[in-house]
Amino acid sequence: MSRSDDIALMAHLMRRAGFGADRDELERLADQGYEATVEQLVDPPDSIPRADEEELLRYMPSLETGGPVTDPGAANWLYQLVNTGRPLEEKMTLFWHHVFATGNSKVDNDNHLITQVAMFRDHGMGNYRDLLIRIAQSPAMIYWLDNQENHKRAPNENWGRELLELFSLGVGHYTETDVFECARAFTGWTIAPKIPRQPNHRFSWSYEFRPEEHDYGEKTFLGHTGPFDGEDIIDIILEQPACPRFIVRHLYNFFVADEAQVPAWSITPPGDPAAIELLAQTFVESGFELKPVLRALFLSDFFKQARFARVKSPVEVVVGTLRLTGDLSQPDPSLPAVGQQSAYMGQSLHNPPSVEGWQTGRDWIYSGSVVNRINFVAQQVGNTELPGVRRIVERVAASNGSALTPEALVDQCVDLIGPLAVSDDTRAELVAHAAGEGPVAVNGDGALSRRVGEMLALIAATPEYQFG
Amino acid sequence: MTSEAKPPVLVVLQLSGGNDYMNSVVPYADGHYYDSRKGTLRVDAEDVLKIDDAVGLHPKMGPLKEIYDQGDMAIVHGVGYPNSPRSHFRSMDIWHTCEPDTVGTEGWVARAIRDLDPEGENPVTGVNIGLSLPRAMVLPGVSVASVADLSTYGLLTSVEQETQRTQMLQRFSTMYSRAIGTGPVNAYLGQTGLDALSGADILKGTLGGYESEVEYGTDPIAKSLRDVATIHTADVGTRVFYTSLAGFDTHAAQQPTFEGLWTNVSRAVSDFWDDLRVHDADENVIMFIFTEFGRRVRDNGSGTDHGAGGGCFAIGPRVRGGQYGVYPDTRPEALDQGDLVPNQDFRGVYSTILEDWLALDPVPIVNGQFEQPRFVEPVGSAA
Repeated sequence: MSRSDDIALMAHLMRRAGFGADRDELERLADQGYEATVEQLVDPPDSIPRADEEELLRYMPSLETGGPVTDPGAANWLYQLVNTGRPLEEKMTLFWHHVFATGNSKVDNDNHLITQVAMFRDHGMGNYRDLLIRIAQSPAMIYWLDNQENHKRAPNENWGRELLELFSLGVGHYTETDVFECARAFTGWTIAPKIPRQPNHRFSWSYEFRPEEHDYGEKTFLGHTGPFDGEDIIDIILEQPACPRFIVRHLYNFFVADEAQVPAWSITPPGDPAAIELLAQTFVESGFELKPVLRALFLSDFFKQARFARVKSPVEVVVGTLRLTGDLSQPDPSLPAVGQQSAYMGQSLHNPPSVEGWQTGRDWIYSGSVVNRINFVAQQVGNTELPGVRRIVERVAASNGSALTPEALVDQCVDLIGPLAVSDDTRAELVAHAAGEGPVAVNGDGALSRRVGEMLALIAATPEYQFG
Repeated sequence: MTSEAKPPVLVVLQLSGGNDYMNSVVPYADGHYYDSRKGTLRVDAEDVLKIDDAVGLHPKMGPLKEIYDQGDMAIVHGVGYPNSPRSHFRSMDIWHTCEPDTVGTEGWVARAIRDLDPEGENPVTGVNIGLSLPRAMVLPGVSVASVADLSTYGLLTSVEQETQRTQMLQRFSTMYSRAIGTGPVNAYLGQTGLDALSGADILKGTLGGYESEVEYGTDPIAKSLRDVATIHTADVGTRVFYTSLAGFDTHAAQQPTFEGLWTNVSRAVSDFWDDLRVHDADENVIMFIFTEFGRRVRDNGSGTDHGAGGGCFAIGPRVRGGQYGVYPDTRPEALDQGDLVPNQDFRGVYSTILEDWLALDPVPIVNGQFEQPRFVEPVGSAA
């Protein structure tokens, strides 16, 4: 492979397994090699740090705890997303937030969303069985799906149903009886202190098992009979062939290419059945460890060939842009406001629209979101004061002697913002725009800066830039 | 009247945080109210703007009282839904999606916009004035323009040089038109991009033609309603406007906050209607004002906590002014965990607006049939 192919492939890996990287980092990673980079993403050594949360909270103590609104929690998470050295860890945190979608809209206790997200950060690349138990015992999840109302004498099926439908198997792989028996097995998995809480008085919840609420009776679940409790149910779920397929299809949709929406999975086959089989087999053979399946995914040909096959999620748009421009690399008073930007594009962190998570793919696109996506990115990449944009300007200046043709300006900018693959039509429009002002002098009078910033803004507005 | 022929328009004003219904529509003849509310958290009977011998409006709602006296304002009492969760977000979601029992994702206003403009022919059939789109206006495939501030609205607004920006928007238009021929996702993206651009153009264009002798305030709700008036009077085919004002979550120091908010809301709403009237653009409009819940009957010393049943207002020349429904029972033994028990399902209120005003079938929009307070004079009928 040529050097530019290496860079383009590395940019693809970093967009998907992380939130993109600037050219300096891409070059460094390309020198290190693709496989070594996959390994570093999947199993980062302790020497690579997360964002420095202590520093953030020293400057902005109000971000430590959420309030009734989601701003502090979203700002706290945004800082992690933008500044972590372990981007796949954050990407998997976002993945589980989407799959085990829990919303502060109902929980109304953002501290517990922060705690749940931190749990995903610590364990999201660990073992899926372990994660299922942790999420079943997450106070935010218990309250979100009413499991504190799941009593021996009056089972509440909400958690039991979503565990099967959305967190493990998918529609069509269980019966209504299984839902009921599953709910019975999770009776007594509740939160202390006891509900009801009073409005505006947010208790610090913790998981609590209450034996007197638990139904110790015999249950029949997916063909097995016994006095099951929640952990037994999870073990039976893991024996179902539908389970690994369901989770790896989520991984495929999140990391490889847009799939049909989750509710359609029982009737719409996967776009690439062989990929799903390969990943599912890896998942089962590893005992439901996430790292082997992620490694297999990123090393596969179907992944490498899937460039720009997904509409970028709003969080990818925002975080990818900030990592490129170098904005918010330090604690900054604008964090809470910028933390809401993805919400204006349709993805409010800590607040998925429902337990099904977000509608992805083309559903990210509607006229309000398009305006906000384009304006946010254009304003960032068009700001030549930002360190990342300044570095792009410097690279463009160094590329081609004392003057650039309009074509060279376009090609340089398309390369340095991605590299992005644009259609001939789009490139022709970009060149026509650049040609309107003629060749670009590289003489330090600021004209180059302005024209690069403007070109980057126009590239951010292209249809192609909406894909990642 | 010429404006009779214009299609009906709905303006939704959301008061976020939970407005204190009992201090807005004050039951001044009710001893239980004065037993529960002390000090600054009660409105003394002599200060109430009385509308009958039982209830009246808060003294800061003078401009609304004038509208009420003209017969253009309906007050619907006791609006809510069973088992109020008393959480802002969840309650607002219920109002937005008409799904009190499950977490829904489809907005009722968006469904109405879809039914008003099934082919999505006008990118500004629905317009939100605000930073983020309320869930009420979210539905895949339904395009809604969302404007934070009309004076700065548009694509690529960060590009400072206007000639450059104009050229860039032309490039944008060409690129998105060409995307349409290249596969289903691109086609959708291309069309949506063009809708966004033409929506922004249409809305931007409304600024040029707007002049008004009405002087609005400079507070946020005044600016938002002025933006609504600007777009509406330009006659660009917008059928539903949505805007909101936050700050009604008055757990503490309620009195100054509440009074400030209602001073601004009352004036802005009154200015808005004056503005529409001088533009001869009021006859085909109604405004619907709601909040996610009322507040606790008994105060907490400096404010009030989250409650349940509340009330809504509808305003406009085609609104049948007066009171609808029954003020909820305030006797301590009639309360549910200290809160008023609603007696009018909010979906019935929506149904009236949808059926009698927008001439839509309300059942699939609000997910069922509910008792409807008939506070709207349908367009086309004798006023």
